[in-house]
Amino acid sequence: MIHIRDVSKCYGKRQVLNRLVADIAAGRITGLVGPNGAGKTTLLKLLLGLACPDSGVITIGTRMLDGDPGYRSRVGYMPQIVHFPAHLSGRELLRTMLALRGETRAPDLSLVDAFDLGDGFDRPLGVLSGGTRQKVNAVLAFAFRPDLQILDEPTSGLDPVAAGVLKDRILAERAAGATVLVTSHVLPELEELADDILFLADGAARWEGSITEIRALTGQPSLERAIAFLLGGRTRMAVA
Amino acid sequence: MNSLMPLLRLSLREALRGRWLLVIAATLATTGELLLRFGGGGATTIVSLIDVVLILAPMLGLVAGTVQVHHARDLTELLLAQPVSRQRLFLGLYLGNALPLAGAIVVGMVAPFLWHGLLFGPMGLRLVPLLAVAIGLTCLSTALAFLVALRIDDRVRALGLALVVWLGAAVLWDGVILVISLLLGQRSIEAAMLTLLALNPIDVSRVLLLLGTDASALLGYTGAVVQDVLGTSLGRTGLVITLMLWLVLPFGLAARAFQRKSF
Repeated sequence: MIHIRDVSKCYGKRQVLNRLVADIAAGRITGLVGPNGAGKTTLLKLLLGLACPDSGVITIGTRMLDGDPGYRSRVGYMPQIVHFPAHLSGRELLRTMLALRGETRAPDLSLVDAFDLGDGFDRPLGVLSGGTRQKVNAVLAFAFRPDLQILDEPTSGLDPVAAGVLKDRILAERAAGATVLVTSHVLPELEELADDILFLADGAARWEGSITEIRALTGQPSLERAIAFLLGGRTRMAVA
Repeated sequence: MNSLMPLLRLSLREALRGRWLLVIAATLATTGELLLRFGGGGATTIVSLIDVVLILAPMLGLVAGTVQVHHARDLTELLLAQPVSRQRLFLGLYLGNALPLAGAIVVGMVAPFLWHGLLFGPMGLRLVPLLAVAIGLTCLSTALAFLVALRIDDRVRALGLALVVWLGAAVLWDGVILVISLLLGQRSIEAAMLTLLALNPIDVSRVLLLLGTDASALLGYTGAVVQDVLGTSLGRTGLVITLMLWLVLPFGLAARAFQRKSF
């Protein structure tokens, strides 16, 4: 369980999170949605320790985040489309991450085969296509069997087959007991994956609960329409 | 858990495969070769090499450091998401940038002396302080570059500021000193010159290196004024300490900026 209590964060003069209070249930997939600038990426960064809150408290499990990096050995992170150094391979990045984590177990590289990456995991990232780089990115995120998986637009840039493989893997992680927090601008995809939704707007939680509840609350047939309804629009609206 | 070595290995691999280190080493080696062949050899070559190093090492450190910090932003964020402290990660990223660059500069400077058979003689000995200063200036300017790039997220503005810092310290500083000495007129200028000298690590390096040669005529405005004061062993020790402080200060400020930065 992740507890977020009165968390505020400013970047310069811009208040990105404003006394955010939210809970993320353990062992479930929570979709993080909201309009652009709602504070989704900032919340992920705070959970990962990439930024520190100006005020408020975040607790992951029983551990309050206080700058000690130890908790991150149980956290996996898949960033949005990334540009890693062009001359390194995915396997070299993996070796570095293994060493930094002090991981003694063999990494789980089943996604390399599932994605049919071939030698793509051993080739310099600079020569790979955007989609293949995203596959490498996914392999790195899922290699360490983390208890908490943080995924920022995980299927972005992936073809439908690879996106399906990744979604199956996310569901398998949940089945194995992991907690997954995922952002996506493709709301039907979140509807397929997520158990719960945390809806952010203006730096605060506007709504949190299960997908069934949000549909029932708004009387809308789909998550996309339910979110659009909450945003106050009757037509298709840009979220996430 | 030793987290430093994996970071250094990663940075070194990327740097070596990027080939820009080879270009730097080859450029310096060619310059050294030309100076040895056509520059008269001996002390003249060393003095010419001092000028080359004092211009190039800070510029390469500032430009490469600033570009690398922004270039490796996604990688830095991925590494920050691992169970490694920010201090360790900063040290790894910093050394991973500064050491390969310093290594390339040293290789480029040493190579022509090596193949001319001059490395293990009196010339080689005279090269040692120059190598030490080149390494020091590279580390210092890399730390300054990290500080600039960590404080300014816009990569164009950061690179622009880094170039302005280099231009000011390497090129315009003597002009500033000239103007100030003219403004001071008939008044005593020693204290002001010493202060201005201490404010510019390139000037400190230049005076330190040239005091070790007979090339007093090349000391410029700063050096000419302070030669009597700093020509002693005490003066040289003071210069070395000043240079060490210049090494520590930007490194400490950059480390603090990294520790506090919201990525």
